[in-house]
Amino acid sequence: MSDAVKANGEPKNYLNDTYGIKSWLLTLDHKRIGIMYLITLTAFFLVGGVFAAFIRLELMTPKGDLFEAETYNKMFTMHGVVMIFFFLIPSIPAVLGNFLIPLQIGARDVAFPKLNLASYYLYALGGMFAIAAILMGGIDTGWTFYTPYSSSYSNSFVSLALVGVFINGFSSILTGVNFMVTIHKMRAPGLTWFRLPLFIWGHYATSLIQVLGTPVVAITLLLVVFERVFNIGIFDPTYGGDPVLFQHMFWFYSHPAVYIMILPGFAVISDVIACFSRKRIFGYSFVAFSSLAIAVLGFLVWGHHMFVSGQSTYASMVFSFITFFVAVPSAVKIFNWSFTLHKGSIKLDSPMLYVMGFIGLFTIGGLTGLFLSTLGTDVHLHDTYFVVAHFHYVMVGGMVMAFLCGLHFWWPKMTGRMYPEGPAKLGVMFVFAGFNLTFLPQFILGYMGMPRRYHAYPEEWQALNIMSTAGATVLGLGFGLTIAYFIWSLFKGEKAPANPFQAKGLEWDIPSPPIAHNFEAIPIVTWEAYPYGPEEAASQSTETATEPAKEDEVV
Amino acid sequence: MSEHHVVPLKIYFLIFFALMIGTVLTVGAAFVDMGFMNTPVALIIALVKASLVIMFFMHVKYSHKLVGLFAVSGFFWLCIMLALTMQDYYTRGWGEAPPVEFLKEGAFF
Repeated sequence: MSDAVKANGEPKNYLNDTYGIKSWLLTLDHKRIGIMYLITLTAFFLVGGVFAAFIRLELMTPKGDLFEAETYNKMFTMHGVVMIFFFLIPSIPAVLGNFLIPLQIGARDVAFPKLNLASYYLYALGGMFAIAAILMGGIDTGWTFYTPYSSSYSNSFVSLALVGVFINGFSSILTGVNFMVTIHKMRAPGLTWFRLPLFIWGHYATSLIQVLGTPVVAITLLLVVFERVFNIGIFDPTYGGDPVLFQHMFWFYSHPAVYIMILPGFAVISDVIACFSRKRIFGYSFVAFSSLAIAVLGFLVWGHHMFVSGQSTYASMVFSFITFFVAVPSAVKIFNWSFTLHKGSIKLDSPMLYVMGFIGLFTIGGLTGLFLSTLGTDVHLHDTYFVVAHFHYVMVGGMVMAFLCGLHFWWPKMTGRMYPEGPAKLGVMFVFAGFNLTFLPQFILGYMGMPRRYHAYPEEWQALNIMSTAGATVLGLGFGLTIAYFIWSLFKGEKAPANPFQAKGLEWDIPSPPIAHNFEAIPIVTWEAYPYGPEEAASQSTETATEPAKEDEVV
Repeated sequence: MSEHHVVPLKIYFLIFFALMIGTVLTVGAAFVDMGFMNTPVALIIALVKASLVIMFFMHVKYSHKLVGLFAVSGFFWLCIMLALTMQDYYTRGWGEAPPVEFLKEGAFF
């Protein structure tokens, strides 16, 4: 390390290795690309959040007195498009996955660094198309772009937004391919599949979905553009097409996309819960395989979005039946995490508080999904606020909590600075309380029959809607506080040691922040994942090798 | 990994020739009315052509088995999409309203 010390006494790391805007914009370092994703998708999160704030403001009163119906349609559409395609789907894989996968497997970078940078620029380009569509007047189809409205009737900037999502899809595919090849081919010597952290298993399962599913939605959305521009008949009945075909092809990707969003969340939770319980994860291989099971089963259930679309009753029964099976691997994870806590030395630092929040909220989100996968109850609950509450419990209560959990846990590694623990704990409380206050009333509203995507509603629902808007304000404060102290910590935060949480894993054996190519020497791994117990810790050796693994050893 | 397997040009030209024959066959088949077999025949020719491209032009034949496994899974996932989508269309008439028009016309087999 001695030759890697800069003149001002700072050890050399990936942040101070080179300077200048060009050294960032043209970087091939997976860590810098991860940071660029973090900055860009935080911007998208704020844009999506502003639309959410407008929606909640409008719904404070029963009458549509803030926006006209058409403007309101644009608000919820742009909230959905921005949050789903430009925040939730890339969030954990593109930021934490990019930063941590090579570190956790003992590699110096991802398999294809240039492709990695290309993924970022495709994401940015796709995002610019979406932003252009918003600035030029917006889109009003709903984030699902259902035909024939999107293909034949909407006069908003649908094609532009669709092209943006199409381009963004390629970013997702390339990231998935990159991660899969990296995990297969670049693991350190001795790091067998069952010695990998579960973070890697989760990202591997996610990459499978990205690669197998994303091409379908990309082509489907392109077909809508073709139908709008060239009037070819794919989805519009007046040209001989079938609108329900769009729903099949859209949900073939978009249901598994839910797992693209949540599987990396599971991946984060597994690593963090083991660290803060000081225990090896309970049932490691079950948790690992449940990720793969979710990835596969997730592709067989999309028809549960279409129970009232005119889909045949028999198809609906099959989709409903298979949907119940997806609950099994999800439950395996929840039970195994709970057992990991059992007799653990639990430390309630802010990442662990996020884990606790995640487990509770995701369980509610998952179980209410079973209400919706039941044919009879879905007819009542379809397109109501019950559905809105359900998927926000999974997406925000699950995924965003997991993202924040992972950001806190690895923030010292990423930036070399500690976040302030006091405000962080306050932030968790705000997010947790605000989230529940926002979305619990929506379950009740939905059950009472309040439909989603309307800007006006009967007066008797106002109290619950005001509660929801108040909750959204608290939630917004929580997010604002979190972003503020993260930025503060970059300048004023305490310098982070290499391993502030005494966590196990290759990324914690190197300095914070890591050097440009991660490892001075590639480690040889002779221990199982999560060696937190005294016996496991004793077996952990710190041998290192200078040669990377031969490729054919690590398929 | 068998790195950079060099394929003789002859193979590339042979595959190109086979693809051209496939194209001629597809066009030819379009002029012959084979009834319900019209679509399956066109699809089978397309499948053979796609396999040739994947195996030879995309080097899957010369790559590690794992690459082949991923190529096959891609095709398998396509089958999942088609099968579960068609289970909707083919069962719409069961005990409900009459089948949708395009199925009556035999556009799908």
